[in-house]
Amino acid sequence: MREKVKPEEMAEANERAPACSTCFEVPIGPIHPALKEGIRFTFWIEGERIRKVDIRPGFMHRGIEFMGTKRNLIQVLYLAERICGICSISHPLAIVQAVEQAAGIEVPPRAQYIRVIIGELERIHSHLLWAGVAAHELGFDTLLHYVWKVREPVLDLLEDLTGNRINYAIPIYGGVRRDVPPEKYPVLKNALRYYRSLVDDFVNFFLRDPSIEARTRGVGVLTREEADSLCAVGPTARASGLRKDVRQDWPYFAYPDLGVRAITPEDMGLEVQGDVYDRIVVRLLEVVQSIEIIERCLEEMPDGEIIAFPKVAALLAHLKKAEGEGIGRHEAPRGEVIHYIRLQADEEAPVVWKVKAPTYSNLMPWYPMFRDQEIADIPIVAASIDPCICCMERVQIVRGGREETLWKEQLLELSWAKTRRIVRGLGPSHVTRRASRGGADERR
Amino acid sequence: MKRTELLERLKLSGLKRALWVYHLNTGGCNGCDIEILAALTPRYDVERFGIKLVGSPRHADVLLVTGTVTRPMYERVKRIYAQTPDPKVVIAIGGCASTSGVFYESYNVLGPVDNVIPVDVYVPGCPPRPEAIIDGVVKAVAKLERLMEGKEG
Repeated sequence: MREKVKPEEMAEANERAPACSTCFEVPIGPIHPALKEGIRFTFWIEGERIRKVDIRPGFMHRGIEFMGTKRNLIQVLYLAERICGICSISHPLAIVQAVEQAAGIEVPPRAQYIRVIIGELERIHSHLLWAGVAAHELGFDTLLHYVWKVREPVLDLLEDLTGNRINYAIPIYGGVRRDVPPEKYPVLKNALRYYRSLVDDFVNFFLRDPSIEARTRGVGVLTREEADSLCAVGPTARASGLRKDVRQDWPYFAYPDLGVRAITPEDMGLEVQGDVYDRIVVRLLEVVQSIEIIERCLEEMPDGEIIAFPKVAALLAHLKKAEGEGIGRHEAPRGEVIHYIRLQADEEAPVVWKVKAPTYSNLMPWYPMFRDQEIADIPIVAASIDPCICCMERVQIVRGGREETLWKEQLLELSWAKTRRIVRGLGPSHVTRRASRGGADERR
Repeated sequence: MKRTELLERLKLSGLKRALWVYHLNTGGCNGCDIEILAALTPRYDVERFGIKLVGSPRHADVLLVTGTVTRPMYERVKRIYAQTPDPKVVIAIGGCASTSGVFYESYNVLGPVDNVIPVDVYVPGCPPRPEAIIDGVVKAVAKLERLMEGKEG
């Protein structure tokens, strides 16, 4: 049995020298064939077992929050969309909530429903994408190709509704930019029927397949206590038995009317084990849940306006006058994403903009998941939280309980102190290092 | 593009071997990366033309580079380029790799890929559709062919 790990112990353990004298140090990354995004793992291996792991992110850091404080809010919205190409509506949905709160903008009800529909369609595409990647990490490439084939119809649908396969540019402060007209309902319903008909296949392929079960049962276990103390979010937390979902706990948009419940493996009659298999179960159930949510939205969606400020110039003028702060939370496919924004009157750009992406909270659960696993399980365990490194790369340094400041400019220093308070309420000390340093002097 | 047309163009180019590509994310947002993967999977299926994603730059003929170059990736991009055997072609996929796109005025962004390594083919778009990516790879084939004949240095 593995011993339970506490965050502060883990931070200490990572400060110490190798865990044992017979350990080999195996660095993987930042450029490696498994994940496409740059992140470096350092594993300390004893025989076939991983004894210790260290993670070095920072390679994808682009300084988006910094750029955002130099642009007007409309530009910031499009910048937020490009934080991540997979959750390309989650970040805009979070930032519009924050800005609407700060500037006191009322959103028409129909727009709220359209936001939910596009958000849930994105969840379907993202979970299918993840299922394919997970199959690939297990060496089951047939399933990868099958899943990615059935993922294309939802992208076609998104293209039909929004005009682009990825980066939909649908939400804007005070509403949405495009309506879902009633003549599109049959197309949507057809696609949902198609996905409903696939659910049985998915259950057969993923949950009843003995090889997948053998590779994922008991692998990368995150217990309920660990998930709780390390502040895991999204499907990673729910697979460990925590009923934690922003749509349930802090309903927003049209979700209060829809009554969403957080899904755990118990909903399928399984005992919660918190392993990779459970994470597959939760994601498959969430695809079904998303289908149901969209169907209800189509039935209950009211008619009416979709945008509070049809003219962008009027919107910008209103935002320029606004003063205050706001927090936007959205349940992205990977978990909770939080945007904090602070506006000042007569300033076009936000004074402070802070983003907390779901992978940021899900990094620490990697430590207990990796402990005592085999080397061959590294890819599937790494992929099981559905890491999205480009989302996560926010500058934030806390190591060994002691904070290291990494920024030179005094202004951002102050803004962090503020935003760190928010982040601290959400997650434990994250073992990240200075992101803006360390290119040329470090060897790969 | 029809399959026959593409095969015809590949044949005309006189390339005798399958084209192997290596995918390098230098700081992008994942959007282009999943479109590259989509191009490899059954709807678009470039593997039928022998275009295959490989796990090491040392096996690659073509580098598919996505994303604007971040400061920590700068040295790695140069090293990956050096590791790729000649003749090689670099394709910049997406607006960020081609022009840096929305990422400017940042302390950690060093600009588009052609600030660091020479780029042969640009595929703009945010993200470009899989069809556009395939078109870019076919253009790269022609360039690779000329390189192999020694017509271009």
